[in-house]
Amino acid sequence: MLDYETLRLLWWALLGVLLIGFAVMDGFDLGVAALLPVVGRSDMDRRVMINTVGPVWEGNQVWLILGGGAVFAAWPALYATAFSGFYIAMFLVLCALILRPVGFKFRSKLEGAAWRRAWDTALIIGGVVPAVVFGVAFGNVLQGVPFHFDADLRVTYTGGFLGLLNPFALLCGLVSLAMVIMHGAVYLAVKTDGQVAARARGVVPWAVLAMLVLFSLAGAWIALGIDGYAVTSAVVADGPSNPLMKTVERAPGTWLENYRRLPLSLIVPALAYVGALATWGLIRAERVGLAFITSSLAVAGVVGTAGVSAFPFLLPSSSDPASSLTVWDASSSHTTLQIMLVATLVFMPLILAYTAWVFRVLRGPVRAQDITNDGGAFY
Amino acid sequence: MPDIDVVSLSRLQFGLTAMYHFLFVPLTLGLSLLLAIMESVYVMTGRTIWRDMTKFWGLLFGINFAMGVATGITMEFQFGTNWAYYSHYVGDIFGAPLAIEGLMAFFLEATFIGLFFFGWNKLSAVGHLMVTWLVALGSNLSALWILIANGWMQHPVGATFNTDTMRMEVANFADVIFNPVAQDKFVHTVSAGYVTGAVFVLAVSALYLLRGRHVALARRSMTVAASFGLAASLSVVVLGDESGYTAGQNQRMKLAAIEAMWETEPAPASFTVVGFPDQAGHRTNYAVRIPYVMGLIATRSISEPVMGINQLVEVAADRIRSGMVAYQALQRLRQNRGDTNARATFEAHVSDLGYALLLKRYTPVVTDATDAQIVAAAHDTVPAVAPLFWSFRVMVGLGFFFIALFVTAFILSAKRRLEHPLFLKAAAAALPLPWLAAELGWYVAEGGRQPWTIDGILPTFLSASNIPAANVWFSVAGFVLFYSVLAVVELYLMVKVIRHGPLETTSGRPAPLHAVVAAGE
Repeated sequence: MLDYETLRLLWWALLGVLLIGFAVMDGFDLGVAALLPVVGRSDMDRRVMINTVGPVWEGNQVWLILGGGAVFAAWPALYATAFSGFYIAMFLVLCALILRPVGFKFRSKLEGAAWRRAWDTALIIGGVVPAVVFGVAFGNVLQGVPFHFDADLRVTYTGGFLGLLNPFALLCGLVSLAMVIMHGAVYLAVKTDGQVAARARGVVPWAVLAMLVLFSLAGAWIALGIDGYAVTSAVVADGPSNPLMKTVERAPGTWLENYRRLPLSLIVPALAYVGALATWGLIRAERVGLAFITSSLAVAGVVGTAGVSAFPFLLPSSSDPASSLTVWDASSSHTTLQIMLVATLVFMPLILAYTAWVFRVLRGPVRAQDITNDGGAFY
Repeated sequence: MPDIDVVSLSRLQFGLTAMYHFLFVPLTLGLSLLLAIMESVYVMTGRTIWRDMTKFWGLLFGINFAMGVATGITMEFQFGTNWAYYSHYVGDIFGAPLAIEGLMAFFLEATFIGLFFFGWNKLSAVGHLMVTWLVALGSNLSALWILIANGWMQHPVGATFNTDTMRMEVANFADVIFNPVAQDKFVHTVSAGYVTGAVFVLAVSALYLLRGRHVALARRSMTVAASFGLAASLSVVVLGDESGYTAGQNQRMKLAAIEAMWETEPAPASFTVVGFPDQAGHRTNYAVRIPYVMGLIATRSISEPVMGINQLVEVAADRIRSGMVAYQALQRLRQNRGDTNARATFEAHVSDLGYALLLKRYTPVVTDATDAQIVAAAHDTVPAVAPLFWSFRVMVGLGFFFIALFVTAFILSAKRRLEHPLFLKAAAAALPLPWLAAELGWYVAEGGRQPWTIDGILPTFLSASNIPAANVWFSVAGFVLFYSVLAVVELYLMVKVIRHGPLETTSGRPAPLHAVVAAGE
């Protein structure tokens, strides 16, 4: 049996893996939906685009469901605080996430132009809103949000919804949007050909540029204008999961402390730059398959940067810093972390294997004639 | 303590979204297995009509499945958004089956469902059949894990309270998985799903036969549905009875409330068939009773008494007093973790800690509760009797009706006389009934668990989040509006597809669906 400290670290890493899994897999769905008005000029273009994600969106969406389940099981205090605190934001994400799959499924079932236009709008909303909201959520995590625990460990969030929409958080929302657009465009370049693929390739440089500029801006803001948090009491890495047993201080520059202490961790933000630039180059060279891999790495770099900067914090509290949730005091019990690790080690390789197999079976671009010739199944 | 409006609204929202979600789940459970059976026949016999059947029912399955996946996320998120204290208090145990459900089941069904629709020309016949079976397996496994989670809410085994973290934690995960309540609920619920799938296929096929359309396909579909439905409807009633027995052992208040049994029934306990429960007066008027039956259901014997509501309230009052001792010891432990005296007292009374929490509605301090407050809290342990009493009876009545329906279908199918018009009309009219039974069943299960979210451990009114009521008003209104629109669209598409009916082919190339659907009729 692994010790509690190691398990907590592993589950912090696994949380990152699941978030990155979601951003990589569902990210291209969101990106494709957001790109409908840009890349899809005709109804058939749009159907081709939708059908590139048609057979896989259900599986992709499970990354979010699993992410939610894993946070619930491994970080219940984080689950309780973040989901109730971001109440309205969560509701908006839910509606968008319900709208999108239903839109995929229903849009092309009827011919009417008004029907299809209405679902196109729904799909675009379903792509843009979750991408922005997830970025905004990360932006708020990095600034801390106002919440506190009472002696029974009941959490109260004292901020409102509009408070989440502050400038830094909105900047992070745009980073996230640019990121999924880049990723979705690369996916379209892989899964389509002809005009649609050409237009998708044309989007990539702009998306890469936007993402890197916004990402750098956010980084500069973190360095110069955003206070980080630091635990000021002795860290008990295998202590009970009770956030009220420590003290925490806000101080400028602390979010860069991990990079100073462990320079190797600079690999993570570097990955965002290298991955995105490589994607640009590979798209120019028409090596689209490789570009999808580098784009995924860039996504991992962006998401990972937020995690590494804030470590060991999961969710800092701006109103009562001692209530902040960290890797050392917000986890499940030792036993539960152990059980969940075994379950993950057994099933995750299986999931990756059969997901890869399904993508292999479905390999090759989606073409307009496939949709016209073989109806029924296609969206 | 959360705002009382937040509690009521959150309960309303959870109830509405759960019942909405469960419109799609049972059909997914039943239809996935029926698809796998039909496609197996196709692969074994090579007769293309069975593939056409798989594709046609698969189309309806797909529309339904998308809604099931989409509305399922709402269920998972709501524990965190609206029931934050619950999530903190029991997440250590309750979160694990949800996460394992994702790992083991959701990925399986959701990854392969795409290949079910898009893989007909990309896979061999056997390869595609395997995909269909994996979708069915995934659906059923997801039911297993969510019912392990729900079973734990009904009968919380394998967990202890940790005084350092102020929450319940896993003591024995095997106990959580092999919880007898969870196992019974699983088989009962998936059987109910199979009945729903079978009634759906039976009823839609009956509509076709009544109009003389798609006769070959409808007849074969009915034959499959008849035998599958017969097995499932028998299983649902037998396992429902098994649930009654486990409830008799573990959730005595729920059982007493369902039976409107105010006083302890001396052995052999009798069963009230109908009557009019009077919650305030603690009696049931005009009751029609059958001797012995209750004793047999609840205790599997004729020699054991079955406890009534009034006696269970007295038991609850005793447990509240014992829980107050645990609560006081917990306060002392929080002052001084090393207080061995307090720890011993706490350990002796910890199993009643949840009952003391019932007092928080009357006095936040708990330990200063008066006798009157204790009595009031003890009476709170009685759920609303009349709705449980009636919901249960209608559900059971429907259960027996389904057995009769499928026995008839089975006999007629064996005699090759399925096209009897009276039977066809009855079968078509039965279409909404399995959903009614399933929704009532969930009401009995969850309404009967009140006032607890975790039976005997955590009261519902404490479980909600500390959030402004305005937020929940907003989301309740939003869900009602949004879900209503989706329901209309979904039904419209379903009816369109059913109206048009399957495309029977010999070449194996169906017409484009959008053209099919747009053709209207």
